[in-house]
Order: sequence, then structure tokens, then C-alpha cells
Amino acid sequence: MVHFTAEEKAAITSLWGKVNVEEAGGEALGRLLVVYPWTQRFFDNFGNLSSTSAIMGNPKVKAHGKKVLTSFGDAIKNMDNLKGAFAKLSELHCDKLHVDPENFRLLGNVLVCVLAHHFGHEFNPQVQAAFQKVVAGVANALAHKYH
Amino acid sequence: MVLSAADKSNVKACWGKIGSHAGEYGAEALERTFCSFPTTKTYFPHFDLSHGSAQVKAHGQKVADALTQAVAHMDDLPNALSALSDLHAYKLRVDPVNFKFLSHCLLVTLACHHPAEFTPAVHASLDKFFSAVSTVLTSKYR
Repeated sequence: MVHFTAEEKAAITSLWGKVNVEEAGGEALGRLLVVYPWTQRFFDNFGNLSSTSAIMGNPKVKAHGKKVLTSFGDAIKNMDNLKGAFAKLSELHCDKLHVDPENFRLLGNVLVCVLAHHFGHEFNPQVQAAFQKVVAGVANALAHKYH
Repeated sequence: MVLSAADKSNVKACWGKIGSHAGEYGAEALERTFCSFPTTKTYFPHFDLSHGSAQVKAHGQKVADALTQAVAHMDDLPNALSALSDLHAYKLRVDPVNFKFLSHCLLVTLACHHPAEFTPAVHASLDKFFSAVSTVLTSKYR
């Protein structure tokens, strides 16, 4: 189980407080679909994903990105019990959505890139390390109920 | 996975913008890698890994110079990186998983310092480029 120090929790909560979840969510999901195009396999009904600009401007991508990142925000409130917090979502992603957990790792790293892009120098090595722990913890929690 | 003409152009343009900061970014990417992925430190027991370490600075410059070479020879990475490929396969034997960690931290470093350049398309091209370099460097492992 992943443990967060008080410093890590503080760094994470502080930065997250400044994140525009709607914007960052759309950006992260969009970049996932652009940088790792095979991830588009889960979104056949999203309409036009034929180019980078189509993907980044796609309203369904933005809406879904917001949903995903809002859920991620719940993780930040439950850093001491990620597996518990994501148990239901884990079952959903396995049984209904059939998403390979590797995709959670890919999205986590894209989110880190988006945060770096937005926050620049404020996203220093220590803050990045704390967020890498969160995204890894969320990915593992979402994979935990797979069978 | 193949680098398209657009990918090559994106990487050349971005790397060109970095200019003389390449060494500094190489060192920062290494520091980020050691912080976020502590298992990578096992390859550097002989280094001072504290912030500002001269050894990390020098090594970052080495990594950056190799990437600059790679950018200049994107049409023939296997040849351009042949000596480094031998080094990693027979001497350094860095487990392949670690190339992904360093590549990711290179992306993060570039995103921090060059937000205007780090568009989704450039992000994709850079990720492909680092992946191609990593593949060449691990190509003789077995």
C-alpha cells in the first residue's frame, strides 16, 4: 500500500487546489488519445478523433476528461485509502469497460506532463515525485479488483 | 513505430529551441528520475546524487549531447547510436524499464521550461523519438 508523508500530502493538496479540473481533464485525456493513439479504441462513439486538433477540440473528450479528473480529485481526498475509494470504479473498469490497467499508467503520466506544462518551475522534482506516487497509487487501486 | 516527417520536424524544431540549455535539462531530467523513481539510483552508487551535484550535471550534459547527436541523425539512429548501444548492452546493462522513466522525465522537464513548444503534437513526437532512441539503446541486449 502506498504511504504519503505529511510533506507529500501538503504538496499534492496545495497544487491540486490550483488545478482547473475541467481544463486539465480535457487536456490530459486529449493528449492521451494523441500521444498513444491506440487508446482511442475505447472511444469509438466519441465522433471525430481524426486529427490532433479534432481530438483536443472534441466536446466529448473534454466532458469525459472532466469526469475522469473529477474522480481523480476524490483520490486526493482519500490518499490513505485509495483501494477502498476506487473499489467500485475498479470493478466497473474491469467488468463493464474492459480497460487494460496499463492505460491508467499511461493516463497518469500524461497528467503529470499536463501539470508540468501548466505549473512550470513550481512543478519541481519533489512535487513531481509526490504526484508520481498518487498516479501510481490510483492506477494500482483501479486495477486492484481485476480478475 | 516509425518517426514520420512531421515527427522529425517537430523534434528538430523543439531541440533547436533548447539550444545551450540541453545540458541543464539533461541534469534536471536525471534529478527528476532519481526523485520520482528511486530504483534508478541503483545504477549510480558511485555518484553524489544530491541537488546540484557536479557529477549529475556532467552526466546530464553527456545524456543531452547524445540526444543532440540522435536529433541530427534521426534517419539512421541505429548507426548513429551504435557505440552507445554497445555500451548499454555489454557494460552498463541498465534494465530497459528505466529508459521509460528517463524519457518521461525528459518530457516533464521540457514541458516545464518550454510550455509554448510543448503542444500535444510535439509531445507525441518527442515521446516517439525518446522511445525510438531507447529501442536502439536496448537493441543488442539479447
